[in-house]
Amino acid sequence: MARIAGIDLPRNKRGVIGLTYIYGIGRSTAKAILDKAGIDENVKVHQWTDENVREISRIVTTEYKVEGELRSEVQLSIKRLMDIACYRGLRHRKGLPLRGQRTRTNARTRKGKRKTVANKKKATK
Amino acid sequence: MARSIKKGPYVFHKLLDKVLKAKQSNRKSVIKTWSRASMIIPDMVGETIAVHNGKTFVPVYITENMVGHKLGEFAPTRNFKGHSGNRKK
Repeated sequence: MARIAGIDLPRNKRGVIGLTYIYGIGRSTAKAILDKAGIDENVKVHQWTDENVREISRIVTTEYKVEGELRSEVQLSIKRLMDIACYRGLRHRKGLPLRGQRTRTNARTRKGKRKTVANKKKATK
Repeated sequence: MARSIKKGPYVFHKLLDKVLKAKQSNRKSVIKTWSRASMIIPDMVGETIAVHNGKTFVPVYITENMVGHKLGEFAPTRNFKGHSGNRKK
């Protein structure tokens, strides 16, 4: 059972894909880790030896910021933006997109589900 | 694209003069500026800078956290007060 950074990796996936289940590790980081550990990226997770697992978790814990630590760092940077009341911070507070996207339509990822406004008149033709 | 490191941060030269002068004289006075694109540099920490938002000057007290941002980020140009008849909540 491969357990790295407090996360159980899926057993039947290739090594590169399996590592991406850890928050903070994507495809390219996963590849770099396996290269460094000297493991072929196509080897399935359940085929890793205990030795391999130990080496991988050593690399992950010493060289990368993952999971809880990374999440709290992100939250802190957002909090900093909100505290100094800069434009991006204000947008975070309001739950709107930060990078100048249009909000007349779309922007649903940030704004969440549509809230219909009652009695809003349709544009007259 | 990011600005070249060789050039250093952009600060409008007249604003820079004023900031340095204010720092020397140690007098607290508000510095007015239209230069929203100027970067906040460590020398400005502790000063109050009034940044133009197109209509009025918004006083911004510079703290250490703000270094590296642009002045304009702290003086919003649009002020959304909410839609009519949306007074609840």
